[in-house]
Amino acid sequence: MNIATSTELFCFLVLATVIVLGSLGVVLLSNIVYSAFLLGGVFMAVAGLYLLLNASFVAAAQVLVYVGAVNVLILFAIMLVNKREEMKPIQGIRLRRFLSGAVCAGLLLLLVRVVITTPWNLPGPEPIGEEATARIGEHLFTDYLLPFELASVLLLMAMIGAIVLARREVLTSDVGTGDAVTQGLIEQAQSPFLIDESST
Amino acid sequence: MQLNNEMLTFIASASPVVVSNGIDLESSFINALEGLGLSTQLAHVFWLPLPMLLVLAAALVGVLVTVWLERKISASAQQRIGPEYAGALGVLQPMADGLKLLLKEDVIPARADGLLFTLGPILVLVPVILSWLIVPFGQNLLISNVGVGIFLWISLSSIQPIGLLMSGYASNNKYSLLGGLRAAAQSISYEIPLALSVLAIVMMSNSLSTVDIVEQQNVAGFLSWNVWRQPVGFLIFWICALAECERLPFDLPEAEEELVAGYQTEYAGMKFALFYLGSYINLVLSALLVSILYLGGWGFPFSVEWLATLVGQSIDSPLVQVIAASVGIVMTVLKAYLLVFLAILLRWTTPRVRIDQLLDLGWKFLLPISLVNLLFTAALKLAFPFAFGG
Repeated sequence: MNIATSTELFCFLVLATVIVLGSLGVVLLSNIVYSAFLLGGVFMAVAGLYLLLNASFVAAAQVLVYVGAVNVLILFAIMLVNKREEMKPIQGIRLRRFLSGAVCAGLLLLLVRVVITTPWNLPGPEPIGEEATARIGEHLFTDYLLPFELASVLLLMAMIGAIVLARREVLTSDVGTGDAVTQGLIEQAQSPFLIDESST
Repeated sequence: MQLNNEMLTFIASASPVVVSNGIDLESSFINALEGLGLSTQLAHVFWLPLPMLLVLAAALVGVLVTVWLERKISASAQQRIGPEYAGALGVLQPMADGLKLLLKEDVIPARADGLLFTLGPILVLVPVILSWLIVPFGQNLLISNVGVGIFLWISLSSIQPIGLLMSGYASNNKYSLLGGLRAAAQSISYEIPLALSVLAIVMMSNSLSTVDIVEQQNVAGFLSWNVWRQPVGFLIFWICALAECERLPFDLPEAEEELVAGYQTEYAGMKFALFYLGSYINLVLSALLVSILYLGGWGFPFSVEWLATLVGQSIDSPLVQVIAASVGIVMTVLKAYLLVFLAILLRWTTPRVRIDQLLDLGWKFLLPISLVNLLFTAALKLAFPFAFGG
């Protein structure tokens, strides 16, 4: 075994340990902030695995999307509702924990069975390394165009939905005086007359 | 010839100077070690940390210089003298600052979350240092010419908000939390126009690699620099880079008058120094990237090949290679420090924007403009493929 492969094996073992322990921590820790930060760590470790597989573009995209966007969003949500409240004790928590543990263990068994019984085609195809970026672009705009566009339409729908939910409905004229509403009036007053009560 | 080789080895030990394919420091270093009886792989392992340590040292020296410049320029802007007793013209003042922070007591507030409190500054600093991986000072003069290049920088810089949120939350202080949230919101909103303006450059150079981006700018001296083809993108990138570095006019996360010092409020000693270091390394890095993306990187304003033929030297001769490499390093650093000077001058002459103005500027102005810029670049690339990298 030469230096390169042993380094690779060592990195893989470290990353795999981080992923397994980190994911267990995400699920089992009671402090939700720790869970969120650990989730970020797990995403980083997954990006490390992509790097080991010679897929640097996918690794960078993983960091950008999952760590930089998804995880930061989760943290934001947690910190903006940073309210300490006493949780009510849940009825039959032990039974529930046992049941969910059993379901997870069953799923794990199923996956392990799939891993063992599938005839994997080893070693896999040669990684194309730096050309991967161009290849991904080609695929996105030729044979995977429809899924790509569908995903972007889905994201657009989610964004419009979020805006509709977060926006306050505003009447076109002031209920009290009958004046037409201008941008200045909305910004300056936040007047309760302008808010359409029926829609909320 | 023997003399030339010796000179090259000397320069190799001093700095990783390499231009074009004429000199390759890595292989000559490995050859030298193999001559001592080591295996190729082991020699490679010995080579790996050298450029990294060198770049780390360069980044730290860059920070010291920037801190000194900041003190001196701010003093001039306010008609003071500035530091002058520590060394000639006060050049040792940044060292004294660093030493003071190093020796200070490391305070962790009693009700703070010790683990996250310590991890926060590290998470802010490490991605910034890692980003130096892709900064080229010459054709072969960078740690690693990774194919994803500039995209790696964008994705690494998106890790920083997590560290800011972490330190803001762990301090157990409302000003820290507010500062952390502001910092994260700011860096998320300005990342989008930043990435879009980088995308326009990438579209013109047909590559994500920083080396390719610089090379296609150095065809005809300063006339082929990207700043002429992407003036709008240049301005957007510079504004966003300042916002990402949290420099005035965008230093809301640590606005003294409102938030004490934002997410840094509870920090002292070396942990505070890590934030300080991170922000200055980030400033130098941003300036370097502006010079790489828009101002031709290591390129001399006039083509080096042309100058070499003018004085009757072959471009492949070792002397020309070494001179060209040194000129390349000097040009990169010079351009970057001109931009740092501009950033410092901006800091001491402009007022701070409000948070709503900041977000309006980011989302309602820079984002649409950068989208239009991207579409316009694509149209130009289709219309004039010879000038826009078709």
